[in-house]
Amino acid sequence: MNAFPLGYLDAAGRRAATVLPLTWAVIVISVLVSLVIAIVLWRAVTRGRLNGGAVETRSVPITRTGNGIRWIGIGLVISAVPLLVTLVWTMITLAHASGPPQDSALTLDVTPRQWWWEVRYPGNSPDEAFATANEIHIPTGVPVLVRLHGGDVIHSFWVPKLTGKTDAIPGQTNLSWMQADAPGRYRGQCTEFCGFQHARMGFEVVAQPRDEFDRWRAQQLKGASPAQSEGAQRGLQLVEYRCGLCHQVRGTSAGARSAPDLTHLMSRRTIAAGTLLNNSGNLAGWIQDPQGVKPGSLMPNQYLSARELNDVLAYLETLQ
Amino acid sequence: MRTADFRTPEIGLDSTAHEARLKRLWETSPGIKGFFTTVDHKEIGKRYIVTAFAFLALGGIEALVMRLQLAGPDLTLLTPEQYNELFSMHGVSMIFLYASPILSGFSNYLWPLLLGSRDMAFPRLNALSYWIYLASGLFLYAGFFTGNGPNDGWFNYVPYALRDFNPGMNQDFYALGIVLLGISTTVGAANFIVTVFRTRAPGMSLNRLPIMVWGTLTASVANLLVIPSVSLAFFLLWLDRQFATQFFDPNAGGQPLLWQHLFWIFGHPWVYAIVLPAMGMVSDGLPVFCRRPLVGYSLVALSTVATMLLGFGVWVHHMFATGLPSLGLSFFSGASIAIVVPSAVAVFAWLATIWLGRPVITTAFLFFSSMILLFVIGGVSGFMTASVPVDWQLTDTYFVVAHIHYVLIGINVFPVLGATYFWFPKMTGRMLDERLGRWNFWLTFIGFNLAFLPMHLTGLFGMPRRVYTYAPDMGWDTLNLITTIGSFVLGLGILLFIVNVMKSLRTGERAGANPWGASTLEWATSSPPPPFNFAVIPTVASRHPLWEDQLGEESAKSSIDRGMLLASGKETIGTSPLDAAPDMILEMPEDSITPFLLALGTTILFVGMLLKTWGVVAAGGALATLALIAWLWPRQALREREPAHG
Amino acid sequence: MAEAVADRELVVADTGSLPVGPVGRHGLGSWGVAMLIAGEGALFAFLLFSYYYTGANAPPGWLLEPEPTLTLALPNTILLIASSFAAWFGEHNILRQRRRGALLGFGAAFVMGVAFAIVQVFEWLSKSYRFGTSSYASLYFVTTGFHMAHVVVGIVVLAAIFAWTALDYFSPRRRLSVSAGVLYWHFVDVVWLFVFTTFYVTPYLGFGQ
Repeated sequence: MNAFPLGYLDAAGRRAATVLPLTWAVIVISVLVSLVIAIVLWRAVTRGRLNGGAVETRSVPITRTGNGIRWIGIGLVISAVPLLVTLVWTMITLAHASGPPQDSALTLDVTPRQWWWEVRYPGNSPDEAFATANEIHIPTGVPVLVRLHGGDVIHSFWVPKLTGKTDAIPGQTNLSWMQADAPGRYRGQCTEFCGFQHARMGFEVVAQPRDEFDRWRAQQLKGASPAQSEGAQRGLQLVEYRCGLCHQVRGTSAGARSAPDLTHLMSRRTIAAGTLLNNSGNLAGWIQDPQGVKPGSLMPNQYLSARELNDVLAYLETLQ
Repeated sequence: MRTADFRTPEIGLDSTAHEARLKRLWETSPGIKGFFTTVDHKEIGKRYIVTAFAFLALGGIEALVMRLQLAGPDLTLLTPEQYNELFSMHGVSMIFLYASPILSGFSNYLWPLLLGSRDMAFPRLNALSYWIYLASGLFLYAGFFTGNGPNDGWFNYVPYALRDFNPGMNQDFYALGIVLLGISTTVGAANFIVTVFRTRAPGMSLNRLPIMVWGTLTASVANLLVIPSVSLAFFLLWLDRQFATQFFDPNAGGQPLLWQHLFWIFGHPWVYAIVLPAMGMVSDGLPVFCRRPLVGYSLVALSTVATMLLGFGVWVHHMFATGLPSLGLSFFSGASIAIVVPSAVAVFAWLATIWLGRPVITTAFLFFSSMILLFVIGGVSGFMTASVPVDWQLTDTYFVVAHIHYVLIGINVFPVLGATYFWFPKMTGRMLDERLGRWNFWLTFIGFNLAFLPMHLTGLFGMPRRVYTYAPDMGWDTLNLITTIGSFVLGLGILLFIVNVMKSLRTGERAGANPWGASTLEWATSSPPPPFNFAVIPTVASRHPLWEDQLGEESAKSSIDRGMLLASGKETIGTSPLDAAPDMILEMPEDSITPFLLALGTTILFVGMLLKTWGVVAAGGALATLALIAWLWPRQALREREPAHG
Repeated sequence: MAEAVADRELVVADTGSLPVGPVGRHGLGSWGVAMLIAGEGALFAFLLFSYYYTGANAPPGWLLEPEPTLTLALPNTILLIASSFAAWFGEHNILRQRRRGALLGFGAAFVMGVAFAIVQVFEWLSKSYRFGTSSYASLYFVTTGFHMAHVVVGIVVLAAIFAWTALDYFSPRRRLSVSAGVLYWHFVDVVWLFVFTTFYVTPYLGFGQ
């Protein structure tokens, strides 16, 4: 169902797939129960009907017939069956879906912030660590552990096709995990109300075959390449001086960590936490007028001149 | 003059002289004085109902504006800030300012009439609960209309609600407003509990109480115990924001999840408190239109209590995604599945009552019977979310929004609309228009389902909650448009309801004492009832006193026309808790200004706290204290003290 | 309307002589104060829940006073218990129609209540932390603060009962205000025992360490 990027009636990974049969089962039970009750109600109402108002109501004498208690008894007994089945099936599924798995091949530290996703790959040693934002790459076929850290307010980490929701709560570390069966891009979304731009706090999980993932990781580890053209060099100066107040570009003096890491900005498909496709038009629009795209976002409008903007774009486009 | 300490109540028949005497003793002064001093439960009940419907309308308009913004993707009718205040205020208005007060209003009006009594146990406390409710509604809306409305949902999670992230006054209006409202609901709950246990008509043992009384009683016991939890949560929030305490801020050892526990320990019982009385109204009204008693009375009464008891043990199902250990989650998941069972009892009882009865389709019947289906749909979607792993996908999506609207509109609003058609003649002496009623019903029913049935799909397709807009390539566009259209049809239905009420108040067909041929005691008085309710205190011998002749089942017959006269003062009878045997003559208080003054003083105190102006706080506190002392000053008329020695 | 069936008896409550108004402790006011106690009791239950929840989830060192000093708190607790006894004594004397004894009891309870409040304020001022220092500090001050608020109300209630007794309002039969007020004061005392145990005793038993 690619028509529904955030839909979960289909699954692309082990953790989500475990829950899918139970989900469908309770949907079917619910629809059936509703239909049966609707039919019984319809029949009950239309059996000997009189239509009208107070006069008609008063005209019918009061009688008490039939064994009503039996209705309740039979109804309860019939209801108990799907309830018990669901209860047991729930416990079993919960045991399988809880995790985290013992054999996770990769650990990520995700810290959601208003209104973007900080993603750190800790690696096995400090020189294997790097940060990125809003786009998470994972190798296919292996479980990935996600440590969720509270950054500012409560957010919730959700990739419908791969894993259910887990909150990121300040003061504690929650664990989630996912495993993608096949390569692809899977949409994620913050699902705990977190302020003005909760609506535009999406992200993508990109599942890749192992070798592609390793190449991506190697590239991400590198710092920014030096700026070549004049425009890019002017742009670099602006980036260090202005953007560096919040953003980091490894290999330059832009070293702040309160906004997404831009070192490999152009390797990402979207910007602004999944809000816009990452192309030069959107990038320009976002830099100049973030408040227009995401009103209330913590990135102020930049008021760059046309030349400054071109220079900045020229530099940013080198951050592959 | 020393009045008697003991008396055998005179037993007799009604007479014109007797009624005239009672009228003089019980009626409220006319005009402005009476407006501010009345303690008549019927007046207070009507005020509650009108005020609650006003908040329903406001909350509905808020929803319609939101639906305009969400009719299509990427719309810019509202800014995120405006949207957040709207969805928060919509929740606050509906859940706090409409859903519970409307049921308090109907209960307030009806209980003494249902119970065969002349007023609630504490008439002045009753007046107080209304004034404070009104004050809290005005307080909260003052925030909203000045751009300082609640903006973190009705559930108001921290840390977003703390000062660092929410520097304006929005949260302070909300926190203090809810603490103020909590006072109203708590004293109201206390009043209902004491009334039902101490002021019933003789012979009305517990197993003869109308189910609506069971529903409100259960809700009241729950409210008394859990409202302190939410009041505390909001008070601690206010302290964190204004005095830099550290209850919720993790930087100094605070616990954000403490908020969620305190909130939902209240929040879950609360949602049962706002449906169980309404279910009781259905259980009492539906049988009248089926021309037979309710099937399974005892089971329905017990299931009401059982639902609430279980309802105390499920609150963590609002927190399944917070990272709690699986063992705990399993327990709450199991309890949340189990709670379906007592709820199902009522559904089967209602279905059986219709099937085994001889239904007459009136507007009231349509609302009462259709709610059964809406209840079931809301119930099964809730059952789905009770399963933890499934909930990890469903929670915080529009699936839950669909669920809550089916249970809230289906199990509160539809019964309330039916109850209005049913009891309007009793309250006003006029019938609501049946033809207009049919239009009202069908537009409401169709509009509601058109708006919220597709929303299950919207949620299954992943649309998150509490979002001011959405992208066009998610697959939600058409569903949202349908929901918006449906919501406007629903709004039109509610508008027709208001039109019907306004029109019928002036030109509705006149109603007698018992236009529906119903069974309970309120239909034994005139429409509207006299200020004293019953000229003669009835003695009750069954659950349906006015149907005893037709049913011919009981070995004894209730006495409506002959009974205790109790006209030596403003009096009613006090009875024992279980069997309702008379054990005391209760002297009731006159109209008084002290409830209004106490409410005023308390409100001033809260305004002072909001503005952090301690002089105002002191002034409000002083007024409240003086009013309370005046209220509690032992009075001879109420036999609280001995007469002065000569 | 059909004639009543011949063998069904019309039931009319035949009550005999009934008391008019409250007698002794029996009256609506007792139920009212019971409701108040239930609600306020629930409030303190949630306050203590907040303490235990926060403490259970806190890192070591959360307790700012791992061994809380009892020099002020323990005598103060005994003082409060004594004041309950004094209040009981006052009501006991109302039952015996001894106004002077009643005034003595209520007056003593009032004075002891005021003394408790003063000592409590001293204790607050003597703490090395303020209410904003940490979650432990906030919980300590807000819980004892809520209790203090209830003590203040109780002191006003005792003063009112004293005044009304002085005005000779009460007798063994008509004394519901006294019973209700004294019951409220006992409630304040019992709550203190829970609060005291939580803050001053459980650290010694290992909670929060």
